[in-house]
Amino acid sequence: MSAPILEIKDLRVYYYVEAGAIKAVDGVSFSLEPGAKLGLVGESGSGKSTMAMALMRLINPPARIVGGQVQLDGIDLVGVSEEEMRKIRLSRMSMIPQGAMNALHPLLRIENQIMDGIKDHGSTLSGGDLQGRVYALLESVDLNRRVARMYPHQLSGGMKQRVAAAIAISLHPKLVIADEPTSALDVVIQRQVMEMLDRLQAEMNLSILLIGHDMGLMAQFVDRLAVMYAGKLMELGNLKDIFAEPLHPYTLMLIQSLPALENKGVFAGIPGITPSLLKPPSGCLFHTRCPYAEAVNGNRCEEEVPVFEQVKPGRWISCHLHGDMPS
Amino acid sequence: MGGILRYIRRNPSLGWGLGLLLVLLLFATVGRLFINERDAYALATRPDQPPSWQHLFGTDTQGKDLFTGMVIGMGMTLMIGAIAGSIGIGIGTVLGFTTGYYAGSILDSVITAIVDIVLTLPGFFVLVLIASTLADPATLNVVPMGVIASVTAWAYPTRSIRAQVMTMRERPFVMMAKLSAMSTGKIIVRELMPNLLPYLAMSLAGAVYGGLMGSLSLEGLGIGNRRNPTLGMTIFWVNYYSAFMRGMWWWILAPVAAIILVLTSLVLISMGLDEVANPRVRTRV
Amino acid sequence: MALRYILRRLGFLVLVIWAAATLCFILPHLTGRDPIREQITQRIATMGLSGDAAQAMIDAHKRVFGLDQPLWKQYTIYVRNMLRFDLGYSISNYPKPVIEIIQESLGWTVRLVGMATILAFLLGTILGALIGWKKSPKFLNLLVPPLMIFSAAPPFVLALVLIYFLAFRAKIFPLGRAFGQYTKVDWSSLKFWLDYAYHAMLPAFSLILVSLGTWGLGMRAMMVTVEGADYMTFGEEKGLKGVRLFFSYGLRSALLPQITGLAIQMGAIVSGSALVEVYFQYPGLGTRLNMAIQTFDYYTIYGIVFFVVCGIALATLLVDLIYPLLDPRISYSKGT
Repeated sequence: MSAPILEIKDLRVYYYVEAGAIKAVDGVSFSLEPGAKLGLVGESGSGKSTMAMALMRLINPPARIVGGQVQLDGIDLVGVSEEEMRKIRLSRMSMIPQGAMNALHPLLRIENQIMDGIKDHGSTLSGGDLQGRVYALLESVDLNRRVARMYPHQLSGGMKQRVAAAIAISLHPKLVIADEPTSALDVVIQRQVMEMLDRLQAEMNLSILLIGHDMGLMAQFVDRLAVMYAGKLMELGNLKDIFAEPLHPYTLMLIQSLPALENKGVFAGIPGITPSLLKPPSGCLFHTRCPYAEAVNGNRCEEEVPVFEQVKPGRWISCHLHGDMPS
Repeated sequence: MGGILRYIRRNPSLGWGLGLLLVLLLFATVGRLFINERDAYALATRPDQPPSWQHLFGTDTQGKDLFTGMVIGMGMTLMIGAIAGSIGIGIGTVLGFTTGYYAGSILDSVITAIVDIVLTLPGFFVLVLIASTLADPATLNVVPMGVIASVTAWAYPTRSIRAQVMTMRERPFVMMAKLSAMSTGKIIVRELMPNLLPYLAMSLAGAVYGGLMGSLSLEGLGIGNRRNPTLGMTIFWVNYYSAFMRGMWWWILAPVAAIILVLTSLVLISMGLDEVANPRVRTRV
Repeated sequence: MALRYILRRLGFLVLVIWAAATLCFILPHLTGRDPIREQITQRIATMGLSGDAAQAMIDAHKRVFGLDQPLWKQYTIYVRNMLRFDLGYSISNYPKPVIEIIQESLGWTVRLVGMATILAFLLGTILGALIGWKKSPKFLNLLVPPLMIFSAAPPFVLALVLIYFLAFRAKIFPLGRAFGQYTKVDWSSLKFWLDYAYHAMLPAFSLILVSLGTWGLGMRAMMVTVEGADYMTFGEEKGLKGVRLFFSYGLRSALLPQITGLAIQMGAIVSGSALVEVYFQYPGLGTRLNMAIQTFDYYTIYGIVFFVVCGIALATLLVDLIYPLLDPRISYSKGT
């Protein structure tokens, strides 16, 4: 078993506002193997986007990385200097942002936006070689060479997303973080973009951290899944195993809320709303919405924060039920 | 009242601007109690005196006491600004609401074209044209000067109010008002205007500023009643008698400081109101 | 079509010029006064003419200026003349044509205003961008209040302050004029150029300071807006160097709206320069205009105003035409 490419231990990111500290990411730990695909799934406000920004170390005041360790290929991302981090971005670890619609600079041609990242990372390529590189990248994301001279406003949403992907792989990073890359696209384009990502991953043996809220999308793409809620991880494990037998009530309800072709018209949701991260509930953060909170002895769910631990080989959850959910 | 004060603390531009303007207004009004008005006109006292206890701001070459001159002049200049601003905002509001509400109509096209032309014409030169032709400059007292200065002050408010009304027109609450058969006039006054109050206030500050700049420029050339100790006219005399060559710093300092204070207060108010109208502009959370 | 946009802007230009000419025609007629007659009457008194001789002079001037024609005909003749820049004769310097007076002083004004505008735009834009850039040292924010004061003050007021401190007290710069009193205008000599630059410093400075404030504050506000944009964040995610982020990503985006501001500001800059010229006794259009005002030389007043209006309208048109070329999102056909 080779060493993980990404190792996160007890990461904490807090936003400091007048009223107190908002714990957007509160003690998250997981690791990612080389060439593997991990999905980080959660509702809006679960802290997943903050996670992405924290990994890139683009957390701005009033937010701060308060604690924890992030190791990328052995490098401590939390401790390195600003200039070191800048070099790491794009070359070792890159990001495909949510909504590439606005992520591309409106006044620069596509080829320049692909080239500037390469140039700023110490490239010694000549003008002609750079141009060739741009064309090769565009082809690898199924875009015509003509796109290079175009401006972003001339491209469709799906095309812009592909350009963002091309930029993300331009320096052959080890890790690509895809932050809801398809949320703003329609289903057909979504599929095309995900297939492209899959192909790139296989060709370049990338490690991918896919962040999103769509369980269905996760199920089609990732090997392992991490479920996040209100800043903490609820469940972590192999995708197939989780779907076959979810061990955390939240995961169970998420899977149940996926519409299935068989029972049309039956929609299950999760009652309640995401808790305030400023004044979170006591004990287990999910207990206010969990249907099994009563099944635990006494008021344990309300009083005691469950520990994130391995209850079966390769299966981690933070729940007092330890995976034994009454049916 | 407490709410307003708390808001002002979060909006320092507005706070400082209003405060400054208030101080200047007090100077111009309360100050009158302490002066003898005749001292502000020529041959009142000994000329060319530096500041002393007798003449707080000194005197100028024509023998005017500058402190008295400033008190009266500040009042006059503020009045000119107020007149120009009110006329400007009055016309601007009427035209702005009408064209904004009826955007796309022939009336709108015609008026907007006129507004655009007026905005392209350099204000100062138009004012020079009007002032030098229409009136015997010696009779250009406060009120006529204010009226003339308003000629360029109405165009920009018209345009910005029109833009605002056009965005508001499509909002649901306006649709609701229309559906409940509210007359157009009522819609404008009851629904649109209250929502646009910050913009109107900002346009007023801008119109007063524009009017003042116009009148100051005219007075700086000596166009206007030369007897009046308005701020601009005082500067004219400073230049006419080459005060700087004779080291009469007090004569230069008083009107320059006064002008800068007045204009800065208006700019601050305008910036502060911009924040009220446009919370996104806020640079300080 | 691109042509439609250009034609529309040209049409507007024509409209502005026509409006200016009409204004120049209407104004004197509104008062019911006849400025020519007044001037002639004054001349006659000083020259000591009387009776028939005086009347003959009045009649001759009436014929020359076409005042014996019906009103509408006068209007068309007038507009036609204006468009050909036949601006009549200066009353106080008769028979010097107004256009000659303008030609003599135009160069000085254009050089001064042109240089001041370009310098102010460049400096103000960079300064404002630096102040607004979030990675800049905080002490730059101290510059904001002075910039605000500069942007608010009328240029001639600043001119007065500058003259007092730098010319009179410190004696670093001359008190006025465009070149030394005993110097001859000789554009081929370096010495003259130096003298010219030396004399141009303070007047240009007055204009520059004011515009600096306006551009600086505007640019700062735009930079703050641009910094929050998604493409800036993506630029950081790409690990781009700070310098590139500032210039290619930030400055470039913020610069565009400022250029539209340039068109709008031009009228204000030229207006400001007129008074600055007067206070510095600079031999440009402003000083000539002032002289005309003081001597009630109406034709010169109208001539200069009309000329300036045309100039500014033309400059505005040029900026409007250039802008779509700079922003790839706008094509002439959309004509925004």
